[in-house]
Amino acid sequence: MDMVLDLVARTGRATLSLIRSAGALALFALAGLSHIMRPPFYGRVFVRTFLETGFFSLPVVALTALFSGGVIALQSYTGFAQYHAQSAIAGIVVLAVTRELGPVLAGLMVAGRVGAAMAAQIGTMRVTDQIDALSTLSTNPMKYLVAPRLLAGMIALPLLVLVADVLGVAGGFTVAVVKLGFSPTAYITATMNSVKVMDVTVGLVKAALFGFLIALMGCYYGYNSKGGAEGVGSATTSAVVVASILLLAFDYLITDLFFSQ
Amino acid sequence: MDQGMTTAPPKIRIRDLHKSFGDKKVLDGISLDVPQGTSFVVIGGSGSGKSVLLRCILGLMTPDSGSIEIDGEDVLAAPAGRRDQLRSEIGMLFQNGALFDSLPVWENVTFGLLALNKLTRATARDKAGTILEQVGLAPSVGDLYPSELSGGMQKRVGLARAIAAQPNILFFDEPTTGLDPIMGAVIDGLIVDCVKKLGSTAIAITHDMASAQRIGDEAAMLYKGKLVWQGAAASLMHSGNDYVDQFTHGRREGPITMELRR
Repeated sequence: MDMVLDLVARTGRATLSLIRSAGALALFALAGLSHIMRPPFYGRVFVRTFLETGFFSLPVVALTALFSGGVIALQSYTGFAQYHAQSAIAGIVVLAVTRELGPVLAGLMVAGRVGAAMAAQIGTMRVTDQIDALSTLSTNPMKYLVAPRLLAGMIALPLLVLVADVLGVAGGFTVAVVKLGFSPTAYITATMNSVKVMDVTVGLVKAALFGFLIALMGCYYGYNSKGGAEGVGSATTSAVVVASILLLAFDYLITDLFFSQ
Repeated sequence: MDQGMTTAPPKIRIRDLHKSFGDKKVLDGISLDVPQGTSFVVIGGSGSGKSVLLRCILGLMTPDSGSIEIDGEDVLAAPAGRRDQLRSEIGMLFQNGALFDSLPVWENVTFGLLALNKLTRATARDKAGTILEQVGLAPSVGDLYPSELSGGMQKRVGLARAIAAQPNILFFDEPTTGLDPIMGAVIDGLIVDCVKKLGSTAIAITHDMASAQRIGDEAAMLYKGKLVWQGAAASLMHSGNDYVDQFTHGRREGPITMELRR
């Protein structure tokens, strides 16, 4: 009997703490979003974060997209050649890249690069009293640190995904033409026939949401970190892990919403 | 006792302030008056609640109960906008400087002025030079980043940032911690100069007795969240209070027991 009660109590405690964290995160997100709308606006912080998130992530995202596009062309050829359906490859590559791989891979790369950096930077500011110092200098830390990062994430990731879309298709194209003997014009025509505006748009909507989630996790865990170097370290880890999991979960939900029949 | 009809309210008046973290009472009914223009030193060991007291007045923490008045106005009861305004009159020197490491020194120093739009970015660089000179630094230091400065220079820049907006109230959190004794004395001297020049009211928390006597007019001792003594800073070394005596002379035996376990 005692064991059962103990189990119930433990489950209850875990559930309560989960609900509490979810609530705290939701409040943090709402506060951050509301500060995006209200002045003063910190343009310099926004520009710096935007460059860091968007521009400096370009090489990583570009290489990831290029290789992924190529590998899909290669793998689907192996499968489809058995049924003499090689002509479907261009379509498979462009749909896979625009709908899923572009947003997801760019998101994961940015989570590792930028989400971690945000958590580490804001976390260090927390444990060295810099966030308290902002408050004493008539500056709201949520407005100064969090709002510009959320906005930068939401805008930068769709732009990165556009680049990833183009390069992913280019990767598939290169492999198909150079290695598998496709005709360049036929491949491009097949690509254009397969892709619809909807595919790209939903991919970009996903990207905006992922950008928001990545920045939110980086800011949230950094902002609430405590306990010196170790605290900042675990904040950084949590930010990347949680952002990556949420990103994949939301990816599924959005795909289910838009593309499932 | 007749307080006199004409007495102005103290600059800072604290009444029955309580704050707990879980089971631990950090502030246990603190009442304190700091008259206008006074430098008030709060001494006490680590974990005695000194920092929490400052953080409650600054609004970085909310006390569980009690009242904090600045110029007779209840800060905790005031609407958010007014509270921010009252608190913008407090300058704070943090223990380890808490300088913004992503910004050059000049932007650190003028950060509060820029935030309040009292300055444009174009004139901020020059203004920073003037303020840096007040704390004994060359204006050219403004172009460096905080990580390029020594501990003593960081404290000076922190002080420059705290006094930049010419606040009515200045807080100092362990101003000499981490400095050698000579640099400690130099920083104390700067603090006294700045407070005098601005005519500010100051609260410093410290466990450095030499520093407490250099900075303070009045002093109080905090132990386990309670004020155990209050008097003139000059009498710290011969207060006749067992707690203060043990603390100031660094004795192992006495009423203060070190809690090594939580």
